[in-house]
Amino acid sequence: MSSAKPIRTEPRFSATFDRYTISEIQRAAATGIYDIRGGGAKRRVPHFDDLLFLGASVSRYPLEGYREKCGTDVVLGSRFAKRPIHLKTPVTIAGMSFGALSAPAKEALGRGATAVGTSTTTGDGGMTNEEREHSSILVYQLLPSRYGMNPDDLRRADAIEIVVGQGAKPGGGGMLLGQKISERVAEMRTLPAGIDQRSASRHPDWTGPDDLEIKIEEIREITDWQKPIYVKVGASRPYYDTALAVKSGADVVVIDGMQGGTAATQEVFIENVGIPTLAAIRPAVEALQELGMHRKVQLIVSGGIRNGADVAKALALGADAVAIGTAALIAMGDNSPALESEYQKLGSTAGAYDDWHEGLDPAGITTQDPELAKRLDPAVAGRRLANYLSVLTLEAQTIARACGKSHIHNLEPEDLVALTVEAAAITRVPLVGTSWIPGRD
Amino acid sequence: MHVVDLEQQSVRDLNAALHRLTPDTNETLWQVTNSGGKHAIGAGVDAPIDIVIKGNVGYYCAGMNKQASITIHGNAGQGVAENMMSGRVHVMGDASQSAGATGRGGLLIVEGDAAARCGISMKGIDIIVKGSIGAMSAFMAQAGNLVVLGDAGEALGDSIYEATVFVRGKVKSLGADCIEKPMSADDKTRLSGILAGAGVETVSPEDFRMYASARRLYNFHIDNLSSY
Repeated sequence: MSSAKPIRTEPRFSATFDRYTISEIQRAAATGIYDIRGGGAKRRVPHFDDLLFLGASVSRYPLEGYREKCGTDVVLGSRFAKRPIHLKTPVTIAGMSFGALSAPAKEALGRGATAVGTSTTTGDGGMTNEEREHSSILVYQLLPSRYGMNPDDLRRADAIEIVVGQGAKPGGGGMLLGQKISERVAEMRTLPAGIDQRSASRHPDWTGPDDLEIKIEEIREITDWQKPIYVKVGASRPYYDTALAVKSGADVVVIDGMQGGTAATQEVFIENVGIPTLAAIRPAVEALQELGMHRKVQLIVSGGIRNGADVAKALALGADAVAIGTAALIAMGDNSPALESEYQKLGSTAGAYDDWHEGLDPAGITTQDPELAKRLDPAVAGRRLANYLSVLTLEAQTIARACGKSHIHNLEPEDLVALTVEAAAITRVPLVGTSWIPGRD
Repeated sequence: MHVVDLEQQSVRDLNAALHRLTPDTNETLWQVTNSGGKHAIGAGVDAPIDIVIKGNVGYYCAGMNKQASITIHGNAGQGVAENMMSGRVHVMGDASQSAGATGRGGLLIVEGDAAARCGISMKGIDIIVKGSIGAMSAFMAQAGNLVVLGDAGEALGDSIYEATVFVRGKVKSLGADCIEKPMSADDKTRLSGILAGAGVETVSPEDFRMYASARRLYNFHIDNLSSY
């Protein structure tokens, strides 16, 4: 008999049942409950990486990189508000609640945004004095839960954002688990400490676009038509949602794609409901153009904005501004490699940590634990955020100048090509090296 | 008394004038005529004044009211006194959906019936409805008291937190985690105060049954899955 080992092929992992999928099945079998996590969609979807700028050539001349002006400011709310807001950069900070985030983290967001002349946004928990004090331009969210909602804060806000949905979970409400409900968070939400705080998925006093129009009218009346009113939707039906928001009287429409983060939502929801940010922009812009409202009602796009190229591409596709959330947290210190040993103790690793709902964030950002929260110095984190926002703006300017634009809002779809057929089809720009726009030609 | 005729002036004119009032104003009596079902009448008032509205009002009348006493001699549309902070709103007729939604303080009195979602997400307001209320009332109600002299529709108090509901008539059905509880002496005292505040003298707290949270769903647990 031969003692030779049988010749086998390499162990082969399934593309369908990959390691993550197998671990999720095993986790579900052990616990009987779905997985909850923070952040946005992690799967690969068509994104800004699938687009390229053409830059200047014989037929178009560029601006000098360090000498010729390229404006970056943007005015939001010019349709009806008596006091539109004027930002120095089109990169804004998306809504994130005190409760989901620690008080120092909220303060740092205000400090960073204020340093570069942009806005920050409250969240599902009301407005804290600290964030009002540290945010020169603060957008106040009106959400289904109405936690912390009151007319005094409406009036001391610079703009109001009516939240219909968010990209991580269009159609879903919220859940702040009991472990993050400190006494202060509980008091702001008028609920006992330590219990899970559910946020409704629908507004309590309006349903549908006709009601929304009257709701906006009420908020305008309460604030004497001073404040810009945004309507934020999770990207799912961007053409119709944008048109209905305009019809309802919004000054600004905010579209949040599926890569946009959440504090805590079911993994299956994050990864399977809603559409990618890239796919939402052109339908929204087309709705505005058909209504004669492009640039009159401003469009803010969020969900997976990481660098100045993403900013420039969103603007070239027709957005007026972008909002960042996850990237801002990373800039402040979230998922830092310096905390690797602590992430490992939590069963994760730097770069992948997303159990923000557990309140154990070693970076002190997504926690209400006073000891952990103390780790985040709001001045330092705010400075890091300001640096990052400056880089985003500089990068977007660099690209705009290369395309010959004296203002980043002059970027246009004609400056872009797509690397993939799918990106060409959904953004209505030609496939690179061709003049082909799938579905249009 | 200031009289504002909404056939001659706009709701914007009215609200702007009301918002200019300071806490020590001596312009404390206002009357609104020809309200015509217009929306957002008297929204965002923050002054200790009396406003009498002659006629029906549309959505969000007295929205986010602070301090003011607002009486509506007619029916009220959706979201009357939504998110009220303090003061008193008195509807002499019926109220549409979401009356007193998310209210944080003050007293809302409805002489007639209130439609579905009365007191939805209420956060400290007291609401008394002398007629009946519709389905899904006090949904996710967090704090405050909802008093109903008539009947309540289905799914009363679904997912209720720390609010209390008192019903004198029949309850079609209770929502998730809402149960009948025995009334303590404190509960009776609180109820008596609300009845007295609304001018109800012929009804005793003993005529009511009290409903509140079983607190079984306060923290998500897989064993309670069938309750959601």
